[in-house]
Amino acid sequence: MSFGQLPYDVAHVLGGAMLLLSCMLLYQRRVAAVITALALQGGVLAAAAAWQGYVQGAPQLFLTALIALLAKAVLIPLALRLLVRRFDLDRTVETALGIGASMLAGIALVALAILVVLPVTGGAQAVAREDLALALSVVLLGMLMMITRRNAILQVVGLMSLENGLILAAVGVAGMPLVVELSTAALVLVVLVVGAVFLLMIRGEFASTDTGLVERHRGEAE
Amino acid sequence: MLRACCDVPLLHLTPRAIGSASERFRTFPVLSALGLVILAMLLLAVPAAYGGPERGWVGRLVHAGSLAGCVGFMAIAVAALLGGAPAPLPLPFGPPWGGARLALDALGAWFLLILGLAGALASLFALGHPPGPARSLVPYPLFLAGMALTLAAGDLFTLLLGFEAMSFASWALVAADHEQAENRHAARRYLGFALFAGACLAAAAGLLAAGAGALDFAALRERPPEGWRAAAILALVLAGAGAKAGMVPLHAWLPLAHPAAPSHVSALMSGAMTKVALYVLARFLFDLCGPAQPVWWGVPLLVLGVAGAVLGGLRANLEADTKTLLACSTIENIGLILAALGLALAFRGRDLGGLATLAAGAALLHALNHGVFKTLLFLAAGAVLHAAGSRRIDRLGGLIHAMPVTAACAMLGAGAAAALPPLSGFASEWLLLQSLLAAWKLGDITLQVLAAAALALVGMAVALAAAAMLRLIGLVFLGRPRTPRGAGAHEVGRLERAALVLAAALTLAFGLLPGALLDLAGPAVAQLAGAAPPRHGLGLLAGEGAAAYLPWLVALLLAACLLATWLLLRRRSPQATQRGPVWNGGFIDPPLVFGDPLTQPSAGGIAQPLRRMLGTSLLAAREVVDMPRPGEPRAGHYAASFRDPSEPFLLAPLARATDALAGRAERLRDFSLRQCLGLGFATLVLLLALIAWLEGG
Amino acid sequence: MMQALAAILTQLLHVALVVLAAPLLVGGIRWLKARMLGRRGASPLQPWRDLDKLLRKRPVLAENASAVSEVAPYLGFAACLTALALVPSFALGMALAPLADLLLVAGLLALARMALALTGLDVGTAFGGLGAAREMSFASFAEPALLVAALSFVMLAGSSNLDQIAAALRDGGFGLRISLALAAAAMLAVAVAENARIPVDNPATHLELTMVHEAMLLESSGRHLALWEAQAALRLTLWLALIVAIFLPFGIAPAGAGPLAWALGLLAWVVKMAGLALALAVFESAIAKMRVFRVPEFLGAALLLALLAAALLFVSTGLS
Repeated sequence: MSFGQLPYDVAHVLGGAMLLLSCMLLYQRRVAAVITALALQGGVLAAAAAWQGYVQGAPQLFLTALIALLAKAVLIPLALRLLVRRFDLDRTVETALGIGASMLAGIALVALAILVVLPVTGGAQAVAREDLALALSVVLLGMLMMITRRNAILQVVGLMSLENGLILAAVGVAGMPLVVELSTAALVLVVLVVGAVFLLMIRGEFASTDTGLVERHRGEAE
Repeated sequence: MLRACCDVPLLHLTPRAIGSASERFRTFPVLSALGLVILAMLLLAVPAAYGGPERGWVGRLVHAGSLAGCVGFMAIAVAALLGGAPAPLPLPFGPPWGGARLALDALGAWFLLILGLAGALASLFALGHPPGPARSLVPYPLFLAGMALTLAAGDLFTLLLGFEAMSFASWALVAADHEQAENRHAARRYLGFALFAGACLAAAAGLLAAGAGALDFAALRERPPEGWRAAAILALVLAGAGAKAGMVPLHAWLPLAHPAAPSHVSALMSGAMTKVALYVLARFLFDLCGPAQPVWWGVPLLVLGVAGAVLGGLRANLEADTKTLLACSTIENIGLILAALGLALAFRGRDLGGLATLAAGAALLHALNHGVFKTLLFLAAGAVLHAAGSRRIDRLGGLIHAMPVTAACAMLGAGAAAALPPLSGFASEWLLLQSLLAAWKLGDITLQVLAAAALALVGMAVALAAAAMLRLIGLVFLGRPRTPRGAGAHEVGRLERAALVLAAALTLAFGLLPGALLDLAGPAVAQLAGAAPPRHGLGLLAGEGAAAYLPWLVALLLAACLLATWLLLRRRSPQATQRGPVWNGGFIDPPLVFGDPLTQPSAGGIAQPLRRMLGTSLLAAREVVDMPRPGEPRAGHYAASFRDPSEPFLLAPLARATDALAGRAERLRDFSLRQCLGLGFATLVLLLALIAWLEGG
Repeated sequence: MMQALAAILTQLLHVALVVLAAPLLVGGIRWLKARMLGRRGASPLQPWRDLDKLLRKRPVLAENASAVSEVAPYLGFAACLTALALVPSFALGMALAPLADLLLVAGLLALARMALALTGLDVGTAFGGLGAAREMSFASFAEPALLVAALSFVMLAGSSNLDQIAAALRDGGFGLRISLALAAAAMLAVAVAENARIPVDNPATHLELTMVHEAMLLESSGRHLALWEAQAALRLTLWLALIVAIFLPFGIAPAGAGPLAWALGLLAWVVKMAGLALALAVFESAIAKMRVFRVPEFLGAALLLALLAAALLFVSTGLS
């Protein structure tokens, strides 16, 4: 498979769209726009999983696509929006690193991902190598987002984006069992519930969702 | 006079010179002529010592002689480029260990052409206004002679001699107007950097000669350095020649020294001296260090060049003095030439001969174009200073009405500096951008990413240069006068106008015929790139089957469109333009003679978008507002400032280290007699041990 | 001989086409935006009527305006027209094709921008200076993005000649490469910034907060203003035609084809430009103008997307 052939091209485009959406996540200044971008990324992930299911002839990937669509493109963004609206959380993005500097760091991480994946996967096909590089870039950008944003909501969004990258890597490889996918999804759901509870407790204590404020109260009981 | 020179211990008649009369006869047409012209320039300094404002004819004699000498340089350079390199000419005096010699190959001839052009224009301009005191007349021909000697050197001794003569003569010119404190400060800093550059180059020359055992270029080419010696030579030459050329981070002297000198000398320093420093760099790295350097040698030149281009372009947008603005623009253009040289080195190391000729052609063409248009701009700034009495942009304005010829020439020069087609600056930057667009062929992914980042930064530097030129022209020549003295400006004299018009005509001509210029520079390009360049003819080519740029056709198309539009509109819209009061959003100016100068944009105001967008991060630009509290009748204050990054990171630690070292050295004063004798004894023992080790090992 | 005649004919037809189509394009985008906002909107022919009206009026210049205000409108218009004559529209292999270099087009646009900025500074008004300073600072960020986006398709096509790029991307079988998609996104961002559209500048208002381009035209009137308006329309047409020629090259007539291919190419070009105009109108109606000092972030994001495209292309040319 190489350039000019439809299966590779479409997979490549979908992976590139996920990377583009990760960059857009770093660039936005409003929480609502960030959640929209996350929902779009979930949708693109579902499309990528469905396309891989069609190309590889693996019907369980269609189930993965359905789960991704329901959970990542619809339910989780909806839940996040409800949280923001109902508890009147901050609607602007507060950054620990400027927008320009975050984007520069993002590009550097993409370059790092490319430089790491290519020599390591020397024996595999060009297709799989580039998809893996794209997926690793999405993972690293999700981690960057978790580190450089002060809002707890945005840290959750970063975690979601990271998980999207992991699933993209998993669907790119032929023959991954469904069990892994379902357990990963359950793990993430648990993390999300814990995160939401934590968020509400912080908000109740400090009337703000800046997780940095918790640091000062380390060691206090109640 | 010559005997007096030869009585100095270091110089004496070598036996070779006496017997080589026939050799001298064969090389008479070019190199002897060059030697005679240099000698004539040196001799011009003698009558200049008796010059001054009361004896104007002496100043005119010196400048006319310099003009004739520079025209001679141009003729010799063109003859050498067209006729082939003459054999080296040994000089009748030299250092004790060997003779000095003159040589003029294609590379030296090209830079000699640049020197001749810039020198002729500057001398013509200087003929136009009354000359200064003797201390600014005497070093002028010495400056020109020193630069020519550097370019015509055939061995390292002559090269260093010419380089130091150039440095000291220009220092004397910078310090000529020493009544003002800022000029004294500029001269001190300039001297420091000049000494540093000389020391680095001397060390590099020593390292180079140590391997070959001789100083002349032919012997050095046969034994190129390798390994750590080559890397040390690279570092020393970059530091030495780069400091003289205004390469970052060693550029802190340029924006102070170039404005402090008289206008024609500033033009010469920006237009010619920086190019001579680049020639020295090219001579060492491309020629004397052997025919094949590793690919990574081009990387420091590319990185430092691009950094300098962006920094110079940004600083030019924030400066409030015309000459400082032009000096920062020089830093930017030198950065672009350095980047082109770095690309040529990298391509040569990777054996991509065609691309190396492209990059080398870009470097040489931009050196020539910059030499001419920067000279034009500095001369125009000098004309403005002479006519309107100030260098500060906030005291000028509206000069296009009083000085139309100067304004037109300055606009052409600014258009060339802003890389607008079909002027000369665009042709050389087109070549540079084509070589950057092809730099991905270097293969290694780090080099490719570096080249892509360099492409982005060069694009930003070009746009910043355009913004700086717009600011210069728009604030100085357009708009309304800002001071009464500025309103009373008048057009400059005949000779100064002639110099400006000539320079503008050259800018136009070079813009329309870049292919012919590159063909003239063909042997020099071949020397730099190690491969023969293609013949360009009437346009510029970026390789076979690739893009082309035909400036005369572009100019023809533009003229045709202009004519067609004008003819069409003459029919459809025949009414003549009416003049009325300015609209200005309905704002009515107070009825002052030339309008309220405060309702015009100021230098700091035009700079504000770039100061906030780029200046805060790169130059630590700050805007300090001091507002009075409610009830206080005093005025508010607004001050915008910036700080060049080399000040806190390079010069301040250097100053602290110098003070600390001087403090330590003070302790030597407390030595007793016994300790002083012991010091001398220890040095003697150390030197004897060194000799024993060297002889034994 | 026939080829040379065909080339000259296509060149002349192309120039006539773009001169006629440019104000129509501006009028069409305004009409679409009005419809999307629920208004009826003026007819798409309105810019032609505006130009006619302006040409009939007598131009008035300020008392202290210099020759720059008289000459610069003609120079800006000529520069934009020359640049637009180089960008292929319905056929490749036009008479000026060997001259059609992307860097030359960028240089001619810079010449037009400089002419406009000089006009803004000519009379010495505050608005003119403001507009000129901001316009040049936007250009400092747009140029790097344009050059690095150009790097991607220059690498694929092997030359920076627009004719060769269009031909190579049409026949080359490159498939749907994400590098091209990222480079297209970067160029669209640069096009928005260079043409003073929302979110960088608002072409419809004359308030200090929302204008950059219009600020430099405040003192112009009569035929000078007509030339500046025509130049703005030509510039928009140039950018859209550039994007169409590089990234949507299907349907364009190859070099040396006959009139039937030209007719098909013309139809394809009209459809593509209309599509881009619709997309631009939707984009402008959907988002708000951003603060002036956020524009470097916008263009910086475009630059980083273009760098990403170039890096991915380096990787794939290194692999295969």
